[in-house]
Amino acid sequence: MEREEIFSALQEIFEGLFGEGVPTLTDETTAQDVDGWDSLMHITMISEVENRFDMRFSMKDVIGMKNVGEMVDLIEENV
Amino acid sequence: MDRSGALPGFAKLNQLARTPVEGGVRLAVAGDCATQHIAAALRGYGVYTDFPMQVFDADYDQVRAQLTDPDSELYGFDPAFLLLVFSVERLWADYCACEQREQFAEQKLAEIELYWNAFHDRLPGAKLLQCNYPELDDRVFGNFALKVRSSFLYQLRLLNLRLCDLAMAHPGVFLIDLCALQSRVGRDQFFNSKIYYVGKLPIHTNCLPLVAKEVLDVIHAVRGEIKKVAVLDLDNTLWGGVIGDDGLAGIQIGELGLGHAFTEFQAWLKELKKRGVLLAVCSKNTESTAREPFEKHPEMVLRMEDFSIFVANWEDKAGNIRMIRDTLNLGMDSFVFIDDNPFERELVRSLVPGITVPELPDDPAEYVKYLREQNLFETASYSEADASRTAQYQQEVGRVQAQRQAGSFDDYLQSLDMTAQAKPFDSFHYPRIAQLTQRSNQFNLRTVRYTEDEIRAAAEDPDALTLYFTLKDKFGDYGLISVVIGRKQDDRTLFVDTWLMSCRVLKRGMEEFIINTLVKTAAEQGFTTIRAEYLPTAKNAMVKDIYETLGFTALGDGQFVCDTRSFRENKTRIKMED
Repeated sequence: MEREEIFSALQEIFEGLFGEGVPTLTDETTAQDVDGWDSLMHITMISEVENRFDMRFSMKDVIGMKNVGEMVDLIEENV
Repeated sequence: MDRSGALPGFAKLNQLARTPVEGGVRLAVAGDCATQHIAAALRGYGVYTDFPMQVFDADYDQVRAQLTDPDSELYGFDPAFLLLVFSVERLWADYCACEQREQFAEQKLAEIELYWNAFHDRLPGAKLLQCNYPELDDRVFGNFALKVRSSFLYQLRLLNLRLCDLAMAHPGVFLIDLCALQSRVGRDQFFNSKIYYVGKLPIHTNCLPLVAKEVLDVIHAVRGEIKKVAVLDLDNTLWGGVIGDDGLAGIQIGELGLGHAFTEFQAWLKELKKRGVLLAVCSKNTESTAREPFEKHPEMVLRMEDFSIFVANWEDKAGNIRMIRDTLNLGMDSFVFIDDNPFERELVRSLVPGITVPELPDDPAEYVKYLREQNLFETASYSEADASRTAQYQQEVGRVQAQRQAGSFDDYLQSLDMTAQAKPFDSFHYPRIAQLTQRSNQFNLRTVRYTEDEIRAAAEDPDALTLYFTLKDKFGDYGLISVVIGRKQDDRTLFVDTWLMSCRVLKRGMEEFIINTLVKTAAEQGFTTIRAEYLPTAKNAMVKDIYETLGFTALGDGQFVCDTRSFRENKTRIKMED
């Protein structure tokens, strides 16, 4: 799967979870940039991404990912 | 509303949870784990099913603090329901720290009962919804755990079983069977280790919509919003094939063709009937043809006597279902319509508002599994009377037919030879009385719900006047059909706290008989004034004027008053039984 495709799928998931006000996601987007991305929503988001891409993050990934770019890297590796 | 069908995912519910909701049922959630996702799923599910709810989420692991402090935030929220979620992972940790492992389940049970008692001491009228434990086999003993009383698995299973016993002794506590839910979806779907370790959430978010549904199913049942009737199609629903074309020997039931699946479906329906759900047939068929399998086929599980009413003709099903509703005299939202034909389902769904129409799977092999998963027949009470409900309604259908034949309505009432009893509450009838207060929605003036304990308290209260009424006629015995609770306001004034009646005995002179008896009993006890109130709900509009009709004076705003000295008895054909 192309990085671009992953980004566009993530954008859709984020808008579903955080509403229309989500900024266009880039490699550098962090939780600070997205209104409502707290620890509760982080878990929800992880589950949604796993469902969407039919893959599993490790616990280390869940705790360690610093920005959207790292998440996309992990998705790329796993899909 | 019709809550059957596929559920939205957690992300969707979480989104809906942000919809502002005004008023509604107050539900608090607490647990020894993170519960905010559970609370969000419940909020969203309430919005999704059009059931207004306010949900309070206690912070992580605050059960003891919130429940044992009478001034806690949770009590300040004044919940009507409290959901308690305890995680099996925490249970395992507690087990590891426990020295007397053979006593572990009993110790845990005592702790849980402490919470229940603390909650009900503080909020006696509120209901507590306790989740049981999903199973976790720690495999420390492997399969041999089953032969070791001190093993975790043995203690866990014992605890779940003992929770049932304990809940039976606490009428205000209802269990949510997470253990069964996990068995249904599988441990891997129910629990995700990473989500638990990172977020302390004991249930996978993917599974939360199902959990929310289970909880809401129970809340609805406790509120008396239950399904009472299953209306059934025949061809390709109760048997394979078409009786009119295939004939008695050709329909698939029992050993023939797909018969086993239909046999099992019938057996399940028969169990529902034994539990008190009414079965009705609504089929496009010639009546004699439709009856034939029930009368003659040796492998049919259901028989004619299992049905409260049997309608087979060539009229449209929506009209027939309304006729069944009128005959049984129950609200349409207590009806479930089961039909294999998508066209009929859609027709009934669009023409009969309120009815629940599950999307039956195409494959009959899936009927029972699917309907079990839908959990349409959740209930919050069970008594001996439930088992004989079908017989009562069969008598009712006989009465309706007698009425259609009688000259005038009064002739008909006269011909019924009705006699009634009026008695103060007695312990034998506490369960039935409590059940009626839980279930009656339409003929219920103030819709106050009582538990058995509260009914006992009313019976023993010297300042309460309690009456239950029974009715029988030549067709049969209705049993206990009405409940009145009066509360002394002062030496001369009685307030009618509760008056409800089963709609099965409506318009038969029972309303008149009850009010006559109430006024007479109150007068004998020295009351000169009876005050009464009508509190409107979505369902009880039928009784808004009843006090006035029966001789009380309306004071406006749902308030009524009656002077027992100048009251004139209402006319009724019902005689007091000796």
